[in-house]
Amino acid sequence: MERDRLVLYVPLVIAYLSRRLAWALVLLFGITLAVFLVVHLSGDPTALYVGPEGTRQDYEMVRTALGFDRPLPEQYGRFLLRAVQGDFGRSLRHQQPTLPLVLTRFPATLKLAVVAMALAVALALPLGILSALRRNSVLDTFAMTLALSGQCMPTFWLGILLILVFAVQLRWVPVYGGEGLAALVLPALTLGVWAMARTARITRSSMLEVLHQDFLRTARAKGISEWGVILRHALRNGAIPIVTAIGLELGNLLGGAVITEAVFAYPGVGRLAVEAVVNKDVPLLQAVVFTVAASLILLNAAIDLLYMALDPRVRLA
Amino acid sequence: MPSGRRTRALIGSPGAGLGLAAVALVTLCALLPGRLAPTDPNEQRLLARFTPPTARTPDGDLALLGTDQLGRDILSRVIHGARTSVLIGMSAVLLAGSVGTSLGLTAGIRGGVADHLIMRLADMQFAFPFILLAITIIGVLGPSVRNIILVVGLSSWATYARVVRAETLAVRERAYVDAARSLGLSVPRIVWRHILPNVSASLIVVATFGVAGAILTEAGLSFLGLGVPLSIPSWGGMLAEGRQFVDTRYWLALSPGAALFATVMAINLIGDALRDALDPYLQTRGTVDRF
Repeated sequence: MERDRLVLYVPLVIAYLSRRLAWALVLLFGITLAVFLVVHLSGDPTALYVGPEGTRQDYEMVRTALGFDRPLPEQYGRFLLRAVQGDFGRSLRHQQPTLPLVLTRFPATLKLAVVAMALAVALALPLGILSALRRNSVLDTFAMTLALSGQCMPTFWLGILLILVFAVQLRWVPVYGGEGLAALVLPALTLGVWAMARTARITRSSMLEVLHQDFLRTARAKGISEWGVILRHALRNGAIPIVTAIGLELGNLLGGAVITEAVFAYPGVGRLAVEAVVNKDVPLLQAVVFTVAASLILLNAAIDLLYMALDPRVRLA
Repeated sequence: MPSGRRTRALIGSPGAGLGLAAVALVTLCALLPGRLAPTDPNEQRLLARFTPPTARTPDGDLALLGTDQLGRDILSRVIHGARTSVLIGMSAVLLAGSVGTSLGLTAGIRGGVADHLIMRLADMQFAFPFILLAITIIGVLGPSVRNIILVVGLSSWATYARVVRAETLAVRERAYVDAARSLGLSVPRIVWRHILPNVSASLIVVATFGVAGAILTEAGLSFLGLGVPLSIPSWGGMLAEGRQFVDTRYWLALSPGAALFATVMAINLIGDALRDALDPYLQTRGTVDRF
C-alpha cells in the first residue's frame, strides 16, 4: 500500500518541483535583467569606473576594456555568462571580487533574520492562538492592539527607542557593536516586530476559521485533552496560512534587514547594499541583489516542500 | 451594504474616528505648514543648539519639542515634514494605483497572454524585497522627491493589479456586463460604467493602506540618506540625524518618529474601518507594504 502511494506520488512531486524550479530560473533571469537595465539605461556606467579626474583617453580605454561600447543585448549576454560562473566583477571601492565580499557578510544577515523570525514566532503563535480562543476578551483586544502597533511601527524608530531604553538608560546591552547574543537581541527584536505582528494576526484568523470545524468536535468526543485538540488538531490544520506568512516574512526579513542593519551598524548584507549605493559601486550592488534574490528563491522552494509535507492536497494539485 | 449604513459603520467606529482626526491634523500641517509652524524649519540658531523640550532658547523663545544640533526648531521641522510625507505618500499611491489598475483591468478583461504576462510580472515584483529594489533604483537615478515618488509608485503597482484583476474577473461574468456587451457598448465604456465602479471599493481600501506604506518607505529611504535632500525637512531624515545623538539628546529622534508612527497608525485605522465597511472580502488580505 505504502509502495503504491509512493509510485503515485513521486512523479507528481517531480513534476511539481520541476515547475517550481523552471519558475525560479525565470524569476532569477528577470531580476538580473531588471538590475542590468536599471544600471545601463540610466547612463553610461563607464563614468563610475573612471571618476571625474580621468581623461578622455582613460574613459575610452576603460569603456572598450569593460565592453560598454558593445550593443546592450551583447553586454547582457556577457553579464549573464559571467554571473552563472559567480563572477559579478570587482567592487569599485573594495577592489576585490564582489561575490566573495557579499558571501562573507551573508551569514550575519541570515543569523539576524533567523533570530528575528524565531523571536517573532515565539511571541506571535501564543498571542494569536490565545486571541482566537478568547475572542473579544480583554486579552484579544490587547494582543491585537499590540499587533496593530507593531505593524505601524517604523523599524528605524523602534530600533532607536530600544537603544534609548536598553542600551542608554538601562545599559543592559552595548549601544552599537558588541559580540554574542546580547548584541543580537535588539536588532532581532527590531527586525522581527513586524513579522511578529503580522504572524499573530494571521494565526488568530486562521485559528478562528478552524476552531468550529466538525473534526475538532470529534477529537473532543474521543476524549483528547483541550490543549491536545488545539495544538495537534486545530493548529495543524490552520498551519498553511501561518507557514505561508512565516515564509514570506523570512524573505522580507532578509531583504528588510537593510534598515535595521543601518540603525545598529550591524555588519550584514543590507549595510553592504547601502554602502554600495552611496559609493555608486554598481558591481557590488548587482552581486548583493543577485545573492538576496537567489536566497529568497531557494527559501520559497523550501516552503513549497514544507507545504507538501503539511497538506497532502498540495501534492496532488 | 447600503451607502448610508456604510458611512455610519465608518464614522461609528471609534478607531476610524480617531484615525480621521489625526489624518485631518497631518493634512492641515501639510497644507499650511508656514501658518502653523512657529519658525522657519531651516533657520539655524547655533546659540540655541540642543535646547531640551519645553525649555526656552537664549532668545527667550519657547522650544516646545526642543531644538536640534543646528538650533533648528524641531516642532517646525515636524510640521513641515508632514508636507513631504503627505506629498510623497499621495503621489506614489496615485502613480501605483493608475499603473496597477490599468494593468489589472487589461489582465482581467483581455485574459490570455496579456493576463499571464502581467501576473507573472507582478509575481516577480512580489518575489523581490521592495526596499532593496528601491535603494538600487535610487542609487542609480539619484535621490530627489520626483525619483522617490517614481520608485515607491512603480514598486507597488502589483498589489493594485492583483486586486483589480481578481475583481474584474468576477464582475466580467455578471449578467449586466453581458447585457451591456450585447447592447453594443464599447470595451472602454463597459470598463468605465460597469467594471470600475465595482472595483473601486477594494481599490480605495488598498490605496489607503498604500499611503501608509509609501509614507513609511519614504521615511525609510530618507533615514538611509537616500531620500529627499537634507534641505527639505522630512521625518525620516530627522530620525537619521537624531540617531547620531541618541545617547545624549533623546528628543531629536523622539518627535519625528512619534509623528510618523501616529500618522501610519491613523491611516491603518481608517483602512481597517473602510475595509470592514466597504469590502468584507478583503478582510483576510494583507495590509501595508513595508519593510
